[in-house]
Amino acid sequence: MRSDLITGSSNPGPDEMDKGVPTLSDVTTDELSSSLAEVFGSNPVTDPDRPAAEGGPHMLQVLTPEGERVPSPELDPLLSDLTDEDLRGFYRDLVLIRRVDAEATALQRQGELGIWVSLLGQEAAQVGSGRAMAPQDYAFPTYREHGVAWCRGVDPLELIGLFRGVNHGVWDTQKHHFHLYTIIIGAQTLHATGYAMGVQLDGHVGTGDANRDTAVIAYLGDGATSQGDVSESLVFAGVYNAPVVFFCQNNQWAISEPNERQSRAPIWHRARGFGFPGIRVDGNDVLACYAVTKRALEAARSGQGPTFIEAFTYRMGAHTTSDDPTKYRVSAEVEVWKHRDPIQRLRRYLERQGHATSEFFEAIDAEADELGASVRSRTLALPDPPGTEMFDFVYAAEHPVMSREREEFAAYQASFEGGH
Amino acid sequence: MAELTTLAKGLTTGLRAAMEADPKVVLMGEDIGKLGGVFRVTEGLQKDFGEERVMDTPLAEAGIVATAIGLAIRGYRPVVEIQFDGFVYPAFDHIVSTLAKLHARSHGGIRVPVVVRIPFGGGIGAVEHHSESNEAYFAHTAGLRVVAVSNPHDAHWMIRQAIECDDPVIFYEPKRRYWDKGEVGEAPRGDLGSAQVLREGTDVTILCYGPMVRTCLQAAQAAEEEGRSLEVVDLRSLSPIDTETVFASIAKTGRCVIVHEAATFLGMGAELAAQVQEHCFYSLEAPILRVGGYNVPYPPARIEEEFLPDLDRVLDAVDRSMTH
Repeated sequence: MRSDLITGSSNPGPDEMDKGVPTLSDVTTDELSSSLAEVFGSNPVTDPDRPAAEGGPHMLQVLTPEGERVPSPELDPLLSDLTDEDLRGFYRDLVLIRRVDAEATALQRQGELGIWVSLLGQEAAQVGSGRAMAPQDYAFPTYREHGVAWCRGVDPLELIGLFRGVNHGVWDTQKHHFHLYTIIIGAQTLHATGYAMGVQLDGHVGTGDANRDTAVIAYLGDGATSQGDVSESLVFAGVYNAPVVFFCQNNQWAISEPNERQSRAPIWHRARGFGFPGIRVDGNDVLACYAVTKRALEAARSGQGPTFIEAFTYRMGAHTTSDDPTKYRVSAEVEVWKHRDPIQRLRRYLERQGHATSEFFEAIDAEADELGASVRSRTLALPDPPGTEMFDFVYAAEHPVMSREREEFAAYQASFEGGH
Repeated sequence: MAELTTLAKGLTTGLRAAMEADPKVVLMGEDIGKLGGVFRVTEGLQKDFGEERVMDTPLAEAGIVATAIGLAIRGYRPVVEIQFDGFVYPAFDHIVSTLAKLHARSHGGIRVPVVVRIPFGGGIGAVEHHSESNEAYFAHTAGLRVVAVSNPHDAHWMIRQAIECDDPVIFYEPKRRYWDKGEVGEAPRGDLGSAQVLREGTDVTILCYGPMVRTCLQAAQAAEEEGRSLEVVDLRSLSPIDTETVFASIAKTGRCVIVHEAATFLGMGAELAAQVQEHCFYSLEAPILRVGGYNVPYPPARIEEEFLPDLDRVLDAVDRSMTH
């Protein structure tokens, strides 16, 4: 390891990592063994954390599906600064982004979008992690992070541009500290790691200045964990001690392929082999996602290096509007997860605790209706770009082929004027 | 007589100058630190600029190029060394899918001024995957600039120009010419996208680049002794191609022979021939001929000299051109 690149305290050494306590401070679960009998006698298939419909005993949770608040000595301090207004803000985020998602799905069905990638069911994982970011932190999304985009202030219309086909998804990444959507599965984890290495070179790690120290968060899905790029990103993040948090939304399905086809071991276990902590959190619990991500981002900013978070959630809808999940999964499974809905559990909690009134919920519903209508009307008004735009941004500096082809294209187009 | 420098050292001094001029320039690659790279191009740079700016990376080409992209998004100008031509393929996806496209898809909002240095070509008696010429893959990809140097002067100045360029540049270095010596002058010969007429002539234009430039200059010398005047154009830039210089030469000579190590099928010569016939049709006195590698996997070292274009094959093509 390159000690000169490491600022602040470092990751726990191998001995510290082997204590086997499922807590935030030490998140590994079992002893490494050098005994042949143990190595060859164990059966990973019976591992309680094996990919399955249940999160298992090591999944961190503070809000049950019924909306009951479970005390947690570790997570509670991370949630203590949240006001009632913050909690209502989470609810608002969850409801509004779900409405955007529903509206976009409808627009696709009506032929106004080429495709839409629904986040239905994953709102809490995205809002919890997105709201845990500091303004200077930087996110590298997949193509499903509409909820994170929302938290970073990206107008949903800018996401929709990509799916309507008027551009490839263009927003001001410097303003939002939210990179463009990446469609190549897993590639963004390496871009995020490189960006985090740059943060480190800038000296924006471990200074103790809350406005300067910066973390990077790389979003990925369970399917992406099979990509070599993701393994390489974990190698680079580990050996350079880069200030990056890998936030994996395990929504159980990579199009039609279940978790079992992507990983034999629970996904969060993977980090351990790369020398840094992994942890599983209930991805439908917005508070637990917020707390765990906040802690991991703080660790990254302070120089403790990377963390891998597996948010255990479920893709309630299809992979995209082009997909048909009835061909490969049973509805009973979906029913189980409906019971774990991230919005309902927060609503029950807010109601039970008296953090919000019925007027509040009605107002949010009205705001969602308004937002949905606005997304709809503005989508329909999105203009097609001029054809010449395809030549405009290919190179930063002057390029003779672009100039010539743009000219030829324009002349060819002009030749039809009045002729057709 | 001015001091002579090897092509490799021309690159070293060019990298050094770029790093001195801009603190955002960082080098990344396998074994480029203490070892100075397997060809010693980065020798001494880690000692002088530190481990943070001359990074020995994990042995993972996709990871090297993709983290360089991330560094560029953060505002750095990474210069990546791919150890050998045949090892760039794990990084291919990141080069063509992200590096080449990010500026376009962000409508110019994100610049990725990454330079990917690739030692290329054969002739050093190497094992498999160490002698390839894969420039056409990248020249085919919009959003990239692709250059190939042939001499110490260009090595020094073109690496500096490539690093200063706001676009990604795939930078080819002819590995069997690393030890060729020459003068490094005080200024670049032209901009990064320009070709250079290295030898003027009147009978046949030879278009070449990288390791074949020396071969073609030697062929021109031999041809002169037989009374034939060859004009040798070092393309230097493979994307974009300096068509102005190329077309002007062929308008003068009326004949064109294209020489490269890469297989001829869909190689640079195919594109050059297409463009030359389209734009110089009425100047041409003979069919455009290509001299290149055969369309086979790069052969074992003991027969590579029969695969690689050499002086005799270039002159043979010149002879065939002159029969028309």
